[in-house]
Amino acid sequence: MSEALVGERRITYDARGLAEPFAEVPKVSEIDGERARFDAKDLTTRQINLELRWLLYEQGVKEVDVLDPGSKHSLGVGILTRCRIRFHGSLGYFGCGLIDGPEVHITGRVGWSACENMMSGVVVVDGNAGSLTGAALRGGDVVVKGRVGARSGIDQKGGTILVSGSAGSMTGFMMQRGRIIVCGDVGPGLGDSMYDGTIYVGGKVKSLGIDCVPGEWTDADTELVERKFRIYGLGSPPELQKFVCGKQLYNYDSLEPAERKLVI
Amino acid sequence: MCGIAGIIYRDGGVHPIGDEMTRMLQSMKHRGPDSTGYALYGSAANGALVMRYKLADANTPRDFDFEHRLRRHRFEVESRLSALGARIHEVDEETPYAFRVSFDFDGDLKLLTDFVEDIPEAEVLSLGRALEIVKDLGDAETVHDQYGLSKFAGTHAIGHVRMATESEVDIAGAHPYWAYPYSDVAVVHNGQLTNYFMWRRRLERAGRRFMSECDSEIIAVYLAEEMSKGLSLEEAMHKSLDELDGVFTYIAVTKDELGVAKDELAAKPLVLYESDDLVALASEEIAIRAIVDHEISTYDPYEREVLVWKRGE
Repeated sequence: MSEALVGERRITYDARGLAEPFAEVPKVSEIDGERARFDAKDLTTRQINLELRWLLYEQGVKEVDVLDPGSKHSLGVGILTRCRIRFHGSLGYFGCGLIDGPEVHITGRVGWSACENMMSGVVVVDGNAGSLTGAALRGGDVVVKGRVGARSGIDQKGGTILVSGSAGSMTGFMMQRGRIIVCGDVGPGLGDSMYDGTIYVGGKVKSLGIDCVPGEWTDADTELVERKFRIYGLGSPPELQKFVCGKQLYNYDSLEPAERKLVI
Repeated sequence: MCGIAGIIYRDGGVHPIGDEMTRMLQSMKHRGPDSTGYALYGSAANGALVMRYKLADANTPRDFDFEHRLRRHRFEVESRLSALGARIHEVDEETPYAFRVSFDFDGDLKLLTDFVEDIPEAEVLSLGRALEIVKDLGDAETVHDQYGLSKFAGTHAIGHVRMATESEVDIAGAHPYWAYPYSDVAVVHNGQLTNYFMWRRRLERAGRRFMSECDSEIIAVYLAEEMSKGLSLEEAMHKSLDELDGVFTYIAVTKDELGVAKDELAAKPLVLYESDDLVALASEEIAIRAIVDHEISTYDPYEREVLVWKRGE
């Protein structure tokens, strides 16, 4: 007879000291009606996220100021309610991933994989962002006023990524839907293996990726770009080139697998 | 995963880089808790050579003859240095198995290194007039306390925290790597080299020795080999982007320079901070914030970027 396993398993100890111990909500915020603020300097990642959830889900707070986040990783993830969060400083990796609804303002920079799998809402970053910004983005707007690293918009499935500066290699790699607007230069392999979606570039393109081709500019493009720049107070957009999927890769043909073998 | 870090001061003066690098590396402990290593550059004011070597590992089995064997081998190292004409100034026993010896010597460094490493279990970790490599098992604070790094002041440094994936958890597998047999060159690396065996065979045929199975050791020896042909550090690093395959971000240092290179996919992270006083770089910004206490602006270098800074500039 097998033993029945019951109860909750919690990791409270790690021999190599890597696991953050079980944390409780620190409840250190100053709350004033629907607004709150707290200093994150001496809090751990888990404590900061628990404090945010406690404020937003249990205290009826709609607007939170987080002071001195100190580039800690995974801050502001998984917030699924309409609210405003301002991080006064920089975030580390995986900031604001999996969010659905918040308007987030980060006054510093963000590390790799910011806004990964974001569903809706707005994230505005005043500084630079690392690689993989907006990876698998589903919806909402990600606005970076500095530059972004490599593979931004990888596997993007919706929403808009707007970058005032430049972007690294493989921007829009395997993009499926949505829009990327880069005002500056982009690195090699732009839009490599993209399925759909649109990429706008204001600067130089080092090289196009496989199946990424120049697209025809329409009035709808002008309307979209001007609207996004207006919303985020970015002034007049630069002259942009448009890139789309050429749909020439094998996954767009109508060959059966056996027929494809013959072609190859 | 692994984490790398570097710091170089623009004023050319000495700073508490032992403590500073420890804070940077400890903040990235989650990237690699198995071993920690430092390449620290002190002032080479008196012109003496400093050799760091080990005669065993922290996890070497302590058999009945262990301590006696260490004493015998240590005596043998000092005898061989003297036999080659080195004038020894001092010998520090940092741990029961790792030593620091300073000496004057104007002969062939390769011959000297080979002669020392001919002693069973001896490995020269670093040799130079400014460079000192300290590496051991455990996190940064453990190694810092073990080797008394709070007293180390210098001009620039690199460091590494290792999460062992393909080779042993031992000192030989820990970074940084010294560029045997060239003095004062060291490298830390985050990534994987896919043409490692080709380069290892090629460099071994050229007479270079490797003390580990770690692909990162190639980079240090490759760069030193190219620099010995007359290339600058920056030129050698640019050349490495075409000749080394794989995904990598590495930091290389000489007694005057610190440089970083990223592969053509920019697949491994690096965050860079530059101010009027210093340049600091690390796999994660949280490491830079461990030594800079005010709000800073940082960025990720792009693919195929090579950046080199000189101390005092």
